Amino acid sequence: MDAYLTILQLLDSTVRLATPLLLACLAGLYSERAGIFDIGLEGKMLAAAFFSAAVAAVTGSVWVGLLAGIAASLVLSAIHGIASITFRGNQLISGVAINFLAAGLTVLVAQAWFRQGGRTPSLFGKGRFEPITLPFAESLQSVPIIGPLYYELISGHSILVYLAFAAVPFTWWLLFRTRFGLRLRAVGENPAAVDTAGVSVVGLRFAAVGICGVLCGIAGAYLSTALQAGFVKDMSAGRGFIALAALIFAKWRPWHALYATLLFGLFGALETRPDVIEAVIGMKVQGQLLSALPYIMTVIILAGFVGKAIPPRAGGEPYVKER
Amino acid sequence: MTTAPAIELKGISKAFGPVQANKDISIRVMPGTIHGIIGENGAGKSTLMSILYGFYKADKGEVFISGKKANITDSQAAIAAGIGMVFQHFKLVENFTVLENIILGAEDGRWLKPSIAKARRTLVELAADYGLNVKPDALIQDIGVGMQQRVEILKALYRQADILILDEPTGVLTPSEADQLFRILDRLRSEGKTIILITHKLREIMEITDTVSVMRRGEMTATVKTSETTPAELAELMVGRKVLLRVDKSPAKLGDVVLDVKGLRVRDEKGVERLKGIDLQVRAGEVLGIAGVAGNGQSELLEILGGYADGTGSITVNGQPLDLTGKLSDGQSRRARGIAHVPEDRQREGLIMDFTAWENAAFGYHHDPAYRSGVLMNNAAIREDTEGKMERFDVRPPDPKLAAKNFSGGNQQKIVLAREIERNPDLLLIGQPTRGVDIGAIEFIHQQIIALRDQGKAVLLVSVELEEIIALSDRIAVMFDGHIMGERLPSETDEKELGLLMAGITDTDTPHSVEEVQANLAHAGEGAK
Amino acid sequence: MEVMPKWAEVILVPLISLLLAAILSALVILAIGEDPIAAVKMMVTGALGSTYGWGYTLYYATNFMFTGLAVSVAFHARMFNIGGEGQAALGGLGVALACLYIPWPHWSLALVGAAVAGGLFGAAWAAIPAWLQARRGSHIVITTIMFNFIAASLLNYVLVNLLRPKGSQDPASARFVDTVNLPTLHDMLAPIGINFSKSGPANVSLLIAIAACVFVWFLIWRTRLGYEIRSFGNSESAARYAGIRPFKIIMVSMMISGALAGMMAINNVMGEAERLVMNSVEGAGFIGIAVALMGRSHPFGVFIAAILFGFLYQGGAELALWTSIPRELIVVIQALVILFTGALDNMVRMPLERIFLSLRNRKEG
Repeated sequence: MDAYLTILQLLDSTVRLATPLLLACLAGLYSERAGIFDIGLEGKMLAAAFFSAAVAAVTGSVWVGLLAGIAASLVLSAIHGIASITFRGNQLISGVAINFLAAGLTVLVAQAWFRQGGRTPSLFGKGRFEPITLPFAESLQSVPIIGPLYYELISGHSILVYLAFAAVPFTWWLLFRTRFGLRLRAVGENPAAVDTAGVSVVGLRFAAVGICGVLCGIAGAYLSTALQAGFVKDMSAGRGFIALAALIFAKWRPWHALYATLLFGLFGALETRPDVIEAVIGMKVQGQLLSALPYIMTVIILAGFVGKAIPPRAGGEPYVKER
Repeated sequence: MTTAPAIELKGISKAFGPVQANKDISIRVMPGTIHGIIGENGAGKSTLMSILYGFYKADKGEVFISGKKANITDSQAAIAAGIGMVFQHFKLVENFTVLENIILGAEDGRWLKPSIAKARRTLVELAADYGLNVKPDALIQDIGVGMQQRVEILKALYRQADILILDEPTGVLTPSEADQLFRILDRLRSEGKTIILITHKLREIMEITDTVSVMRRGEMTATVKTSETTPAELAELMVGRKVLLRVDKSPAKLGDVVLDVKGLRVRDEKGVERLKGIDLQVRAGEVLGIAGVAGNGQSELLEILGGYADGTGSITVNGQPLDLTGKLSDGQSRRARGIAHVPEDRQREGLIMDFTAWENAAFGYHHDPAYRSGVLMNNAAIREDTEGKMERFDVRPPDPKLAAKNFSGGNQQKIVLAREIERNPDLLLIGQPTRGVDIGAIEFIHQQIIALRDQGKAVLLVSVELEEIIALSDRIAVMFDGHIMGERLPSETDEKELGLLMAGITDTDTPHSVEEVQANLAHAGEGAK
Repeated sequence: MEVMPKWAEVILVPLISLLLAAILSALVILAIGEDPIAAVKMMVTGALGSTYGWGYTLYYATNFMFTGLAVSVAFHARMFNIGGEGQAALGGLGVALACLYIPWPHWSLALVGAAVAGGLFGAAWAAIPAWLQARRGSHIVITTIMFNFIAASLLNYVLVNLLRPKGSQDPASARFVDTVNLPTLHDMLAPIGINFSKSGPANVSLLIAIAACVFVWFLIWRTRLGYEIRSFGNSESAARYAGIRPFKIIMVSMMISGALAGMMAINNVMGEAERLVMNSVEGAGFIGIAVALMGRSHPFGVFIAAILFGFLYQGGAELALWTSIPRELIVVIQALVILFTGALDNMVRMPLERIFLSLRNRKEG
């Protein structure tokens, strides 16, 4: 039973760690499906993490904080959109710039605002997203197998976790069952087809980049107001890039994005529990190897040793009407 | 009572940066007619039609549809005004189905399922009305170009277009497919649709249009009734002077076999076989023309001969075998063996558009001892050499320091031609020598090819322009679906026979129905996937 | 036809982009309640007002020349190498191993040996993403980002488990022996009677960096290899036609790029820290992107941009020391430079082209 509980706890922290990855991964999915590469997921998450924590600390309301985080992320999305859609700039370079902009500005503003060495004050009470206990979780706890599963793993997360998981089927439905989804996918494959069909390429791409901003905003807010209680410098810690890796791993498909981010979340969870790994595989695994594992796996995926990942055909290319 | 013209353009002007693409163009097209617009490449035909379709915005001028002034700011407005356009390069989403492509932008509400269902019903009606049969659930990437073109026409009809613009629609079709297309256009005309046909082929204008406008250098030089003009007159209007429509050449003096290809097979990057066992020979002093619809393996043939595709089989040049895979199967080794290559697409392959003319003049030959000093390039020597080449090939402007992108299509082609021909090769590979080239340069390029042949060199010519093949070749081989369907002497064949061979039909003596040709082509299309 | 004259293309466009970045940076400083003019004054005094300041400015500039050149060489082959950070980190490992385990008789030999070792390690680290791009089509941007993270984990492992001296808590290598210490600008300039500050870390590596600028210029604009690299970068299909092998160009250009990034370590590891520490690169690999973009991938432009960023870095450090403006201001400025000279290039270019076009039309009309 102890082993079962350990596994549940491990999976529980997997879910916690996978949530920001999942949100950012879906964010990237919208953007890249519309043909806009986004390596600025990291920066948008970071900016959102700071602004949501800062505003939550000042107002005492995590919901206002969440909105502020989304707004900050949207501002960066707008910059990315203006650079790569309006002015047809290099999407990769724009993404790099956005990451640095967020890394610098968050500390700069945090210092000017709170004077605590680039952090926000700690959040408590209504300034944080608290875990939600689902109905009957406690009364069912004693039921064997299912009880602990429900109590430990399924119940007791913040609302944002449930939101992230619900976003997966929603995204699938939106992309593959609606007019908007058809057009979004088309604009990532052949924008000229969309343009000549009388639909605005610019409008669609901005919409996609906007959705990406909202999701990154939620991901960032989750980091500083649910996973942690406050913002610290560089707290996104490469999660935006892992999300990008997961997106490639998932071959730009919503359900696969869920599986990929859960897998990477599991690596993160294992990093804090070396004892579990030792118990399972019978030898010590270096922590550094575990932290590098998502990146190494992504490289292996990219190398096509485990099936080829074909990105949306018009991805990364600014749309210019041919002469 | 007079009916209003379906389309009237008044004083349309459009500039791209410093280039004036359309100058004060006016045109009237009556409903239920087919109007042709003819002109050389770069004359501004496509620009004008893209303006009518709202793809570009005119700097000046007005558009009237059925007598009413229309403000066509984007494609949406054009569609609303009843205009549909089939672009030269299809605007289809490759990994969507036919139905998805048809409804894209014209969906029936927010949810896809009812839209698709409705489109399926409409498609059945349209197929019955106009004979436009397609497979609604096939992916675009899995169907042939002729079928893709039908999807484009259906897209316009689905949006209830009354005016249909077709931009160079026959470029990717075999002659019999083109005939089929013209029958469809004829049917559309009889149903009251108005059609604008953009082409640079005089034959098509004469065959199907009611009226024709001629464009030259961005200006409309004439609009005439087709029945009241002749091809010669139109050609003169296009170019602005009398043109020679045929090439003068003496009979070939055949020498030894230079190029000998046996059982050549090539697969593309996806592993699809594109050359399926090719045998051919080219002798010294001979032009072998390869005819065929684009995409039947001609490009792959040039690529492996030019050293940038791998394959199996055997190729010998002057009796010595060439490597078909591995390190020695590259452009450098081929050049060392006396093979020069003017590629099909000069802007993507033959030239680097941002490089200067002199940098381009050494391209591919940059390891030549005359062009180098140790690991360095001998830039001064290259520049001097380029000046001479530009003079001899009459490249204008004769400035070696100008970037390639700043030359016209014809002058770009002359830079490539000079670089390759002045190597004095034993074998010249030349693909689409006059694509996107003005008529003046066409004559010059043709003369150069014949001159090389008269010096006793072997020339392998690939072109999708049948007229060019017939005019230049001493022998014609027709390619279809990765095979050589047959060889003919130009004096003993005609466009009709070659056209059947291009559609994969070898018993050219018995009559064949269009459906048979279509089925054959569709089969080949599937085989290539 | 060219719309803009060459001088506008080469000087005016980057200058306006830079000006926009500067204005926005000033606004940022204003927004956090500081005085931008005072800040600039302090930066100039701190970075350029003394030989001490110059010692740091040039030290940083040396780093950025190497990483800027690294990004530039790859750019010419149309490879976006974001992996400078990881390649420089591995270069640090190479330099450290060369300094720790080879008994060099003199610093000059050690410098050559360390540069070769750093270059090789950097090149090797770039070679894997390059191979994956050339043979497997894996996007170089993503793989090089991944390799930065993998490099960080690898260095972490090596420093903690292998190179850390017994008994030390610090995740860093042992200090290098004195014979491999490089002469600083103070040491070099004293014999010719110039009194340069003793404490500035700028050292003989600066000369190597300048030599690298000259080398890259020759490589790109004068050699046949450079011609092939530029051809490939401009048009892969044309390069294939010409018999320029994509595999070779991708490998060679990326390995030269990685070697340049790796060679940076002779400056920060050998010249300054004199041991290998965790995160020794301190973001210089990323600044290389900004430097290359600003310098338009031309070695001379890179040289100028590297000095400008050296100034910003040292000036920013002074600001952080004397005011409450954190060092991250530099990261913001760096971001704005990348944004305006890189991603928003067209925002500056399009109106300028319109102006030149109307000027010319007026002249002709």
